[in-house]
Amino acid sequence: MSVSLKQPYVGAGAQGASNQLTPDELRSMLTDMLLIRSVEDEVERLFFRGLVRGSTHLCQGQEAVAVGACRALVAGDTMTCTYRGHGAVLAKGAAADRLLAEILGKSSGLCGGNGGSMHLADLAAGAMGSFAIVGANLPVAVGLGWGHQLAGDGRASVTFFGDGATNIGAFHEAMNLAAIWKLPVIFVCENNLYGEYSPIGVTTPVRHLIDRAPAYAMRAEQVDGNDVLAVRDATRRALTYARSGEGPTFLEALTYRQKGHSRSDPGKYRPDEEVRHWLTLDPIIRFTTWLVENDVADESWCASESARVNAQVRNMSDAAVAMPDPQPASQSSEC
Amino acid sequence: MTVTTETWTYREAIREAIADEMRSDPRVLLLGEDVAAAGGVFKVTEGLLEEFGGDRVRDTPISEQAIVGAAIGAAMLGYKPVVEIMFADFAGVCFDQIANQLAKHSFLTGGELQLSVTIRLANGAGVGFGAQHSQAVENWFLGQSGLKICVPSSAASAYGLLRSAIQDPEPVLVFEPKALYGVPETRVPATTTPLGRAAIIRPGQHVTVVATQSALWRVLEAADELEQAGVDVEVVDPRTLRPMDTGTITGSVKKTGRLVCVQEGERAGSWGEHVIACVIQSAFHFLDAQPLLVSSPPIPVPFARHLEEMWMPDTSTIVDKVMEVARS
Repeated sequence: MSVSLKQPYVGAGAQGASNQLTPDELRSMLTDMLLIRSVEDEVERLFFRGLVRGSTHLCQGQEAVAVGACRALVAGDTMTCTYRGHGAVLAKGAAADRLLAEILGKSSGLCGGNGGSMHLADLAAGAMGSFAIVGANLPVAVGLGWGHQLAGDGRASVTFFGDGATNIGAFHEAMNLAAIWKLPVIFVCENNLYGEYSPIGVTTPVRHLIDRAPAYAMRAEQVDGNDVLAVRDATRRALTYARSGEGPTFLEALTYRQKGHSRSDPGKYRPDEEVRHWLTLDPIIRFTTWLVENDVADESWCASESARVNAQVRNMSDAAVAMPDPQPASQSSEC
Repeated sequence: MTVTTETWTYREAIREAIADEMRSDPRVLLLGEDVAAAGGVFKVTEGLLEEFGGDRVRDTPISEQAIVGAAIGAAMLGYKPVVEIMFADFAGVCFDQIANQLAKHSFLTGGELQLSVTIRLANGAGVGFGAQHSQAVENWFLGQSGLKICVPSSAASAYGLLRSAIQDPEPVLVFEPKALYGVPETRVPATTTPLGRAAIIRPGQHVTVVATQSALWRVLEAADELEQAGVDVEVVDPRTLRPMDTGTITGSVKKTGRLVCVQEGERAGSWGEHVIACVIQSAFHFLDAQPLLVSSPPIPVPFARHLEEMWMPDTSTIVDKVMEVARS
């Protein structure tokens, strides 16, 4: 399946965001993306070693959406996401060692082992929850926006969801309420072209998901979701709009899930040519190239940073595997 | 000197409880369909918009998922939203937000985040609204860890339980029998009623009868008739179904040796069955007769007046059934 932006998009990075970011900040954005990729690769290995129970939903290839959007946020902004949320929770600032421990069901995990892969949260970081029912985070994100509006704290609620969620009722109720109450909510749709195993064309009558937004008189923007600087720029515009009391934005980030839907899915329904095409658009490769071409980092630094992050993640993973299992909470019987 | 007895209605008690909580705690919010400008379809929230303003008292679109989700999100930031679900049947529209999200979010954050959300639902039959606006749906939520469930049966208990529900740091569902909204009752001094504690409404020696909401009123009528026939009924109102005060109920059964539960709604998966199961498990040897559940037949609530009246356990049925247990 080919995909193109509804309107030609002028590459963000070069002219826009780079002017506002220091070289250190730009390099640390690559580090964040490398961390997410490395954690996801490690979770996949842990799954195949039989150490991750149930299922797990990986986001390799979508790192630029999480990092680009979260880098636009400030402390106090709140974030909610989905069961494919490891990347978003890391990008919002959760500690990777506690995230890995939670995915392994350990007592030192982010949720004490109660949540698991699909329910990561780090309240101190503003990661308010990962929701495992498709679309369920959207009404809650609206409530967070309402809370920010009532408090007058100038903060916003950002929520991530997939293209498939735009077909569930909660999405439409949430979009409508956010628009009519002019709430500071950024709806970040990670359009990875597949809702579970089904290509978007089979399930969704609109060609571009931003075409959902005019039905709610909502500001909308489509962005290259594999361009981390473009995502950051677009999120910043949405935040400026939200913080000035104008209301929500629907942000459609075009991206691609490099792996299957979940660990039981090798993703064989996708044409090889399509997968190969999107691998050439890998957000980490693209941003690395950009950093080198713009003299922010050289190739050897990028390679050594990748190796450093991978080693760090392997160490955290080994430590998490060795952590104690949680103890049961006291349970009472009513009779 | 003339002594006048002041009365109030269930509707007024609910309104006063919300207003008193909103006065004492600025974090308390009210939202729902037509709760603000129109004062609610049952006029329960009349005047609250005028007193507390549009920020705290909000009309919403007809979007139950968004309403409950908005309450959850606001509660994450420390607010204490009170949601009105216009008819309890509409809980079916937002079951995911209540049962999957509201009930479980605290658990899923390792207990770190508590959601102080109160959901009020206009519940039950008796007013001729037909099968989709008349159900007593508290049993839908009976097995949901993470929720508390209140079923106030009188104005005083509605006031007291609702205040406790709003003050509670955890989610509470409050089921309000709509058939009672306009019934005048003798006013009593307003106090909070603790959650999870049953009340012995009428002490007696021969049979324990447990009932809730509008069925409790018919049980009290039946108890008067039974007294004439020499049967001394002890009436227990659980007031809260989750957590259930099985201690008070079991204590009563240990005294009387006999148990009848009376409920609006059918038997399978109901609180009445749960009470009987608990009593059998913990007080089997104190029972002098087999327990009995008086409930509605397993069909949707009918519309026609006489059919709806037949569907609800009525006073004469309750008298007959309690007599049967008393004499066995």
